[in-house]
Amino acid sequence: MKKVFTRPESFNDIPMHYCPGCTHGIIHRLVAETIDELNMVDRAIGVAPVGCSVFIYNYIDCDMYQASHGRAPAVATGVKRVVPDGVVFTYQGDGDMAAIGTAEIVHAAARGENITVIFVNNAVYAMTGGQMAPTTLMGQKTTTTPHGRESDANGYPVKMAEMLSTLDGSSYISRVSVHDPKNINKAKKSIKKAFEVQMENKGFTMVEVLSICPTNWGLSPKESVKWLDENMIPYYPLGEYKVPAEV
Amino acid sequence: MFQGILIAGFGGQGVLSTGQLLAYAGMLEDKHVAWIPSYGPEMRGGTANCGVTISDIPISSPVVTEPTVLIAMNRPSLEKFEPKIVQDGIALINSSLVDTEVQRDDIKSVYINANELAEEIGNSKIANNIILGALVEMTGVVSGESVVESLKKVLPPKRHNLIDINREALEKGKKLAEEARVKTAM
Amino acid sequence: MRKKLSKVLMKGNEAIGEGAVRAGCRYFFGYPITPQSELPHYLAKRLPEENGVYLQSESETSAINMVYGAAGAGSRVMTSSSGPGISLMQEGISYIAGAELPCVIVNMMRGGPGLGNIAPAQSDYLQAVKGGGHGDYFVVCIAPASVQEIIDFMYDAFDIADKYFTPVMVLADGILGQMMEPVEFKENQEMELPEKPWAANGKRGRESKNIINSLYIVPEDLEEHNFKLKDKYSIIEEKEQRWEEYYTEDAELVLTAFGTSARVCKAVVDKARQEGLAVGLIRPIMVWPFPQKAFDKVIHSAKQFLTVEMNTGQMVEDVKLAVAGRRPVYFTGRPGGMLPIANDIFEEVKKLMSGGAE
Repeated sequence: MKKVFTRPESFNDIPMHYCPGCTHGIIHRLVAETIDELNMVDRAIGVAPVGCSVFIYNYIDCDMYQASHGRAPAVATGVKRVVPDGVVFTYQGDGDMAAIGTAEIVHAAARGENITVIFVNNAVYAMTGGQMAPTTLMGQKTTTTPHGRESDANGYPVKMAEMLSTLDGSSYISRVSVHDPKNINKAKKSIKKAFEVQMENKGFTMVEVLSICPTNWGLSPKESVKWLDENMIPYYPLGEYKVPAEV
Repeated sequence: MFQGILIAGFGGQGVLSTGQLLAYAGMLEDKHVAWIPSYGPEMRGGTANCGVTISDIPISSPVVTEPTVLIAMNRPSLEKFEPKIVQDGIALINSSLVDTEVQRDDIKSVYINANELAEEIGNSKIANNIILGALVEMTGVVSGESVVESLKKVLPPKRHNLIDINREALEKGKKLAEEARVKTAM
Repeated sequence: MRKKLSKVLMKGNEAIGEGAVRAGCRYFFGYPITPQSELPHYLAKRLPEENGVYLQSESETSAINMVYGAAGAGSRVMTSSSGPGISLMQEGISYIAGAELPCVIVNMMRGGPGLGNIAPAQSDYLQAVKGGGHGDYFVVCIAPASVQEIIDFMYDAFDIADKYFTPVMVLADGILGQMMEPVEFKENQEMELPEKPWAANGKRGRESKNIINSLYIVPEDLEEHNFKLKDKYSIIEEKEQRWEEYYTEDAELVLTAFGTSARVCKAVVDKARQEGLAVGLIRPIMVWPFPQKAFDKVIHSAKQFLTVEMNTGQMVEDVKLAVAGRRPVYFTGRPGGMLPIANDIFEEVKKLMSGGAE
């Protein structure tokens, strides 16, 4: 019988700590599939800072760094400069990358660091208990915006893909979503492309992945998927924002 | 032997490199030497100074708070540092740019119109070394040969054509110091 | 005139750079700050000559995290800064200590707190020797007192970092960075750097992945890790105490000072000895681990101790711990970028020795 679906080789067979319905597992898997397909598990080096995904080093079977909150792009820079033939990626959440780590991500992109950033945007600080994130939508209720995000008090959500694509050092920037199988397939293609661009030394690459957080959104997984589709995608349009000419 | 030499002037007058030249000469003679600049925002166009310590014994603090010799390349430097010179110390004053006189009578002071003399020799940039020549003669802290030897090390090769004119400057200063001594003796 | 060809006149900041390169350091990440800027200037030119990397980061926070990555990948790596920048680095230093990575951090101290000023000071002593960042750890701190020592100690700094998997701080003041002194270089030998099989630089056929990590989510695990670190620190405290003794054998009054303050204190000792006063100096070369043994050695003759610092009294706390109440410990210092003056200290010494202390 032909096997049509199996665990990627670089994906460790251990139980994950994520909440039911969380899409981190899917995104992890897409990264692991890419590592397998590009045959680079021996060269892959991941950096995961503080956030729900800090334990990714337990799940993906390549060399890994745990980094402090927001600093993964700086750590990845140090790694890549010492190991230029390594395939270096960070895996960061929205609070991590778009708030505390803004300086690090902007300057890694501006330098054109040859790294790939997987940016998981679920519009909320999840690990610390559902507080407002820099990507929380207008009107969205969180534990620190109990009446919904208001511009007077909290300003506006940050669009990282758009922002980073303005920098000359960035090379491939896209936004994808994992809320349905069609989009998961697209996300996979984009993640793979980002790694390929890195492996051709073309500069900084980032894939922003819209993701759900049923626990902190206070919705069922099914409702969460619908909420993402109806609320996040209109504000955070999907697509490739920057593609190197030759790819 | 111990000399704590303070060289002070405007930024851009070359006081830091003059100090380095002197320190280098001391090093060539296997003496203990230390050079330290004033540093920070005042480096940019304001006053600049450096301390050079040359000694037979290990140097404690490299900061020259009580100079045995002051080279004052402008008036603010003389006004600021004259009171700090040790008793029986020396003040070497660039009288081309300082129109006042030393107030103290417990120190030796020598006035050298270094800028005019430098122009006469043929290069305005050697003014410092005329004064340095006088310092070497008056203190014997290093030999004149060591200073010339140091020029070869301190100047980049493409500037080695300037060694002769600098040697001339040093000798001019030496001669002025000798004359000043004769005058004092009389 | 005896000429030593190998002798050169060098600025302290540049000596750190050259010393680091000779000790095998090929990676530097840093952010500009006075009074250490000549060091990045030097390495920006020097490291590419050795196929190394000089990178100016967007902040000290980033610089230390780049160091974390480069150290984790198995390289000899360094960063440098001064007080305010070192404060920003403390988070990263804590992670480096927690993940047990070797690296060298230079602190060319200036006056504080806050923006303070750029003049030379020893204002960050406590921050340096008591860990500095969050959590339960220490950083090895080496305190040179001359440009020659800077050169010599850079080898030690990198070796100790590699030997004990620890960050090592070179703790100096702005004077040492700015001053020029003659230095002699050892013959440049091919260095054999230690293997780092733990480095996370890609599996490359390795059976299992390497993980650089300071996270131990289970308290039992973190406790075990903390005790393991503690054991390591105990070994360092036993084996790596370093100090210089200057006329201490019969000293009735023992000065304690490090770095530039120690240079001034040597002049005080010389003066005192000329006047027949039994004064000596303990100069900690390692300020962490603090040289406890030096104090045990002199306690038989010492009647009192005087600590001299370029601050309002920081190392004096460690001197008191080392003397452990056996003798009185006094302090004199100049903060804010001012320098202790030999004559002032000597007056203090005379007062103490004539029983004039309060």
